[in-house]
Amino acid sequence: MPEGVSKAVSAENISVGYGRITVAGGISFSVEKGEILTLIGANGAGKSTVLKSISAQLPLLGGYVCINGEELSAAGAKKLSKELALVLTERIHSERMTCRDIAATGRYPYTGRLGLLTEQDEKAVDEAMELTGISYLADVDFREISDGQRQCVMLARAIAQQPDVLLLDEPTSFLDINHKLGLLSLLRKLTKQKNIAVIQSLHELDLAQRFSDKLVCIKDKQAVLVGTPEEVFSGRFIEELYGIENGSFHNSYCIVEPQGTKGVPEVFVIGGGGGAIPVYRELNRKGIPFAAGIIHENDIEYPAVSSMAAVMFTETAFEPISDESIQAALEVLEKCPRVICCHDSFGMMNAGNAVLRDRAVEIGSLEIKSAKNAK
Amino acid sequence: MKKSKRIRYAAGFSALIILAALLFVVNIIMGSSRISLKETADILFGSAPDSPAKKIITDIRLPRTAAAMLLGGALAVSGFLLQCFFDNPIAGPYVLGISSGAKLAVAAVMISSLKHGVILGSWVMVLASFIGSLVSMGLILLISGKVRNMAQLIISGVMIGYICSSVTEIAVTFADDSNIVNLHNWSMGSFSGTDMEDVKMIAVIVIAGTIAAFLISKPLSAYQLGESYAANLGINLKMFRLFLILLSSLLSACVTAFAGPVSFVGVAVPHLMKSLFGTAKPLVIIPASFIGGAAVCMLCDLAARLIFSPTELSISTVTAVFGAPVVIVIMLRRESQRRSA
Repeated sequence: MPEGVSKAVSAENISVGYGRITVAGGISFSVEKGEILTLIGANGAGKSTVLKSISAQLPLLGGYVCINGEELSAAGAKKLSKELALVLTERIHSERMTCRDIAATGRYPYTGRLGLLTEQDEKAVDEAMELTGISYLADVDFREISDGQRQCVMLARAIAQQPDVLLLDEPTSFLDINHKLGLLSLLRKLTKQKNIAVIQSLHELDLAQRFSDKLVCIKDKQAVLVGTPEEVFSGRFIEELYGIENGSFHNSYCIVEPQGTKGVPEVFVIGGGGGAIPVYRELNRKGIPFAAGIIHENDIEYPAVSSMAAVMFTETAFEPISDESIQAALEVLEKCPRVICCHDSFGMMNAGNAVLRDRAVEIGSLEIKSAKNAK
Repeated sequence: MKKSKRIRYAAGFSALIILAALLFVVNIIMGSSRISLKETADILFGSAPDSPAKKIITDIRLPRTAAAMLLGGALAVSGFLLQCFFDNPIAGPYVLGISSGAKLAVAAVMISSLKHGVILGSWVMVLASFIGSLVSMGLILLISGKVRNMAQLIISGVMIGYICSSVTEIAVTFADDSNIVNLHNWSMGSFSGTDMEDVKMIAVIVIAGTIAAFLISKPLSAYQLGESYAANLGINLKMFRLFLILLSSLLSACVTAFAGPVSFVGVAVPHLMKSLFGTAKPLVIIPASFIGGAAVCMLCDLAARLIFSPTELSISTVTAVFGAPVVIVIMLRRESQRRSA
């Protein structure tokens, strides 16, 4: 008996691909009901292929997948259709179908020879549409609604199928930011409420970090890491996973910063606390190399500065700025034709930056930028 | 199902059945030789003595009308199946060249049998037609694997149709036989010349095929969503696709074997039925297409017989006039949808 019998889905050392061509191999993971597992990895890493293989659309090239403790190849197509539902990226070609008609197709495994809906089926469809918040679209033609609504209808369709496992291939791909958030929040709610195991692939790392219980990271034809968001979004792992070259990735908020312009700094920015971020961005946009300091290592500006500044001066977190740091910064500041200060006043921990400002005033290179509007 | 929908379906089917029944009667009554309504009724239901009129009714008009009805239904159902199969609203046995392939095969068999003085049974013609259909279908499938564009597929089909028709024309031109006139008529498409024996055979194939199509309504509705979803819903795609091909080919082959190629009914009728019933659900559209196709073919055959009576038009001449505009409308509507999307 394979391990993980109690899991909704468990994959043991599976290889996936088309015919003889292996797209990815050596992948193992498991998901329990009520959990969301997300596949991440670069374009073409094999995320969709994994999903297709788990849903038995492609034969496994190796290993095995168990759904509800039963091996995928052993379960018949009929049984599987009641256990596993799909939401795919491909747009369906509906003809003269209302959103309710589309949602009702999820009842297929439960209806009789001619596919007529019983009262019970109708109820399941209604409930699924209510849960996904699309009851108001019931009589609208599926082709006339927005991409965001369309994904919700497809989700309702999958829910109407009453599955134990839900597979979604890049469900947020065509959606705007609001609908991305809406769809994934809905998905998380449904996962708990209906006790469904979700396996999805996502490109948006920020969303993957916030909405996943587990992540499977695929690179170079294999699962390089399977773990919690906390395990995956740490160190330089993501940069390595995607081979990020033209910037840097920062784990805590899942943001990217572009590479800055290298060279002798033309501007010295006295920053810290977030107010100088617009200044960094503007300078970087214009291709002006700049120096920045003195920033604490836990400052919100740290990711931006460390990625974009040609020269940066930092201080240990929670420590007042030391004289050594001030001296080092002054040396560069004195050579910069322009100095921009983004502070009206200084506190105890960054009092050292006042020294920098005063020196700039002496030289006559200071420009004041109010930080009022910055968040 | 909503009440309004149920009423629409009931009204639609009632109207179609009444229309078809009416056309059936009209087709038997009307013709180049005038036979009164009373006389017709006597011949059909009474025991009228043998007369030229009786011969015209029972040996010519009745089988011809029955053939037009059954084959028209078969064409429309075959067209709908092909539209589902190719996910293409303007697919049909004629535009995809399947009818022409069947025509070529039947002509080849006919000519070679005539040459050797052998009269072959209808079932041989159906078989030849079926094989011809499948060969054309195979070609179209090969092409459809390469092209993803709906217009390209149709153009390929039309081209295959032209090639098959040309070859058939050449064969017919050089076939020397007194039956050549018949052959020529047939290769242009006509319901004339069918007898009651033919009708029996047509009825068996067409009714069995249509029932089979109706019984796969459910998987067909899932197939309309796309292959991935269909597979997820538990459909064996390979088997299902094969069945669809065989069934649609059989239905259109039967038409070609008995009436030659009949254009546009396969495309236009399912589309009209979708508009009439406001749905594309196979459960509704398959029976509706059958009745609608029957009505349309009877109407077109009536027109073919009567417009320039006693000269007859080929059936495709009439169906093209009625069907081609529908195809244009479908394309225009698609285009406007694509733009608005």
